[in-house]
Formats: sequence, structure tokens, C-alpha cells
Amino acid sequence: MTPVLSFRDVWVEYGDHVVLEKVNLEVAKGAFVSIVGPSGAGKSTFLRLALGQEAPSRGSILLDGATLPPEPGPDRGVVFQRYSVFPHMSVLENVMFGARCEQAPLTGLLVGATRRQARADAVAILQQVGLGAALKAFPRALSGGMQQRLAIAQALITRPRILLLDEPFGALDPGVRLDMHELITGLWREHGLTILMVTHDIKEAFKLGTRVIAVDKRRHDPHAPHRYGSTAVYDFPLDDKRKTAIPKEIAAMTSGA
Amino acid sequence: MRRLLNARPRGGGRLLLGLLPIAILVLLYLVASQARHAENPRDKILPTPAAMAQSMEIMALQEDPRTGEIPLVADTQASLTRLGIAMGAAALTTLVLGLSIGLLPYARAGLGPLVATISVIPPIAILPILFIVFGLGETSKIVLIFIGITPFMVRDLASHVGAIPEEQIVKAQTLGASTWLVALKVALPQAMPRLIDSVRFSLGPAWVFLISAEAIASDVGLGYRIFLVRRYLAMDIILPYVVWISLLAVVIDLLLLAWSRTAFRWAHTPGGRR
Repeated sequence: MTPVLSFRDVWVEYGDHVVLEKVNLEVAKGAFVSIVGPSGAGKSTFLRLALGQEAPSRGSILLDGATLPPEPGPDRGVVFQRYSVFPHMSVLENVMFGARCEQAPLTGLLVGATRRQARADAVAILQQVGLGAALKAFPRALSGGMQQRLAIAQALITRPRILLLDEPFGALDPGVRLDMHELITGLWREHGLTILMVTHDIKEAFKLGTRVIAVDKRRHDPHAPHRYGSTAVYDFPLDDKRKTAIPKEIAAMTSGA
Repeated sequence: MRRLLNARPRGGGRLLLGLLPIAILVLLYLVASQARHAENPRDKILPTPAAMAQSMEIMALQEDPRTGEIPLVADTQASLTRLGIAMGAAALTTLVLGLSIGLLPYARAGLGPLVATISVIPPIAILPILFIVFGLGETSKIVLIFIGITPFMVRDLASHVGAIPEEQIVKAQTLGASTWLVALKVALPQAMPRLIDSVRFSLGPAWVFLISAEAIASDVGLGYRIFLVRRYLAMDIILPYVVWISLLAVVIDLLLLAWSRTAFRWAHTPGGRR
């Protein structure tokens, strides 16, 4: 089976500064891949590459076997740590935006049956993430956790091939974070999502993921630290039973982060 | 004893405190006017309220036998038309240029330096050029206001649009939005409250340019009138006209604010993080 997303010998360099080197990675359909690593190791660069916000200096990135277009598109959904909802749209409008783009690319206006359908779809997904009672609220009136729920609903409405999460729960209180873990796991199972999540929370990575990838530098030159980039140094496939134990080497690597 | 910087006036006290300096100024004027009139009953420099009311009655209620129009009405109409057309054109231009420069790297590279250059030219300095090119009619006055305020407004809006978090722009693209839809549905609604603010702030300079242009070459308008009657030291007309101009400015400002508050409620709701 073709992997949903594959990185083939990907390098990212800025001048002589190497951020990522020789990254090979395949994300299978239905996988929940967590990416962990110390700060500044290039975790987020992974997501920027997958989004198309950035192009690799060398190597190629494939989505469903085809070369990834060099800009964001509706085949990849995203939830950022902050600012991923539109402050000037109500909760309902935020989620209906995807349908507007798809069905009314010129005016952004929906009418009649298409509008009713888009609205019904949006309401359904909002109820699923627990925002059914706040359809008319503006994001500013929502708590941080609610805003992230909204961002997730908004991303799911276009049925992306892969959902990219960039520290999605990093700004939330611990209790809220647990609720969000439950929510995302439920959605992942129910919708059969493929998820790539970047996090600095090692426990979260192991709790949610079916696979954890640790990103760090394999080599280190003390005189020119920027000359070696990061790559996937560990790759743990997990089944439900092995999820509790976090391997020592990973715990050691990210404890300072 | 609380520190002065922690003491806050409340409710009625606050209102009273705000009115106090104004009342003192008015009182000072009345006293000074009275003193001058005691010395010279025909003093023109500080006219009494009664004299001002009498002159304004002529200006605001009686037709000018030469033109057949009521001067205050004709002046107000002429000035507001010039101001309105100029502000409308400036706002529209700002919207198009500000959104383009704020959103599109190519527009930023191509137009940014031009707008920055034009914005440093003192508008009044090119007024002679405008008179030569557009003649002494309406066009040159409107163009002066337009050139005077648009570059500032464009730069302000472009930087505001440019400061929309990249996350939002990327998110919109992952929802399938084209450049056009990002501009129309994401950037434009978020730019509008800022544009209205920008128009409000630009109204001050716009009045300056309007009155300057009217003072130099015009035959009707609020600025024309006060510079005309200055020749006769007619402070009894100039002062009420200045008050009237200020009143118009305040009303326009409040109308714009009310529009922004009703049409873009989300931008005015206070609240923590977004």
C-alpha cells in the first residue's frame, strides 16, 4: 500500500546551516505519528515541509505517491498551537469556511441547498467536538481549549488526507489537555484519520501515537554545530500495550527540552 | 494615603472633572471679552456671544442676495462634498493597495517603495503643481486631500494586514482558499475596522488640507469663508465657523465609530487571547 506521506532523503539547509539531513520517513494510512525532540532540533520544520510552507533543499516529499505541491492545500489539514481560527467569523462560520472555498471559489457565498448542507455538516462536526452550544460565539469569547476544538473541527470538515498538528495542546492547562487527548483519539478512531503531530511533551507523544519518532542530531561537531542537521534518530512503532513504558534513551534526550 | 496614580475619579465626578477645564476656558473668554468691550464697545477681536449669535443668524438663516444661497449651508455643502469624495477615494485606494501590499510579496516589492516615497512629500508643497495641472476648480482640492492622506493610510493598512498571523493564512489555504478568497474572506473583514480607524485619524489632516486649499483658491466653502471674513477682522463669524467645523468633525468621527462597532462587533469585544 502506498504510504500517505513519504519523505525521501530530505535535506533542509539555509546557506551552510543544516537543519534536517537525510530524513527518510513513511507515514502509513491510519497512523498517528508523534514527532518529539529537543527544542531547536527541527521538529516544526517537518510540519512546515509537509504543509508546503517550505520546500526541501534536496530530496522529495510525496503525498499519496505524488510529489507534494509547494504550497498548502486542502489535502492536508492543520491545527497550530495558536491563531488557527479566524477571529472575525463565528464558530459556525469558521467551520463552514472550507465548504465556501470548495463550492464558491469566486464569491465565497453559499445559497440554497448547498448552504443548508454545509451548515448541517458543520453543525454535526461541531457537536462532535463539543461546541454544539456555541455556534454563534466569536472565537475571542472561547477558552483556549474551546478554540483548539474549533480549529480541529474546522480542519476535519474538508476531510484531509493527513491531519498535521503543531504543538496543538501546548498552550492549554493540564486538565484541558487531558480532555483534548480524549477528543483527538476519539476523532482519529471514528474518522480513520492519519495524523502527524509535533509535540515537546514526551508523555503525550507516547500516549496518543501509534508510532513515535525522535528527531535529533546524529552527529555533532563542537566547532561548527550548525554543519550537521537533525534526522529521525529513533522510530518506535507502538501497540496499545507497550504505550506505558517510555524508552530510556528518549526520556534522556528530551528531558532537557 | 493612596498614591496619586492609584486614585481614580468615578461616575459623575469624572464627568464634572472633564467639563471643568472647558468651563474655565469659556469663562476666561467671557471675562476677557467683557473687559475689552468695557474699554471699547466696538471691539472686534473678542466678540460677545450676542454679537456672534447675531452674525450667525445672518450667515445661517438669510440668503445671500448675490448668490441666492444661505452662506453657511452652501459652505458646508461644498466642503463636505470635497471632503467626502476625497475620503471615499482614499479609503477605496487604501483598501486595494493595502490588501495587495499586505498579502502579496510581489505587490510589496513593487509598490512598497513608491508608497513610502510619496508619503514623505509634504502635500502642501505640491499644491501649486495640482493647481497648474488640475486648474483652480474642485479637482485640485480633492486631489490635495487624497494625496495628503492616502500614503499614510496605505502604509498603515498594509502593515496591519501583514501582521495577520501566518497561521491564519496557512489555515485558510489548507481549507482550500485561493489568493482571492484569502483576500476577500480572511484579510478584508479584518482590515475593515482598521481602515475605519485610519479614516478617523486621517480626518484631522484631511480638514487641514481642505481648509488650506479653500483658503488659497475657492469661491465657496468653510475654509474660504473664514479666510474671506478675516479681511474684516470678523471674529464674530470666524469663531462660530471654527466651532461648526469642529462639530462636523466630531459628528463624522462618531458616525464612523458607530459604524465600526455595529458592522464589526467582533473587533470591539474585549476579551483575553483569541
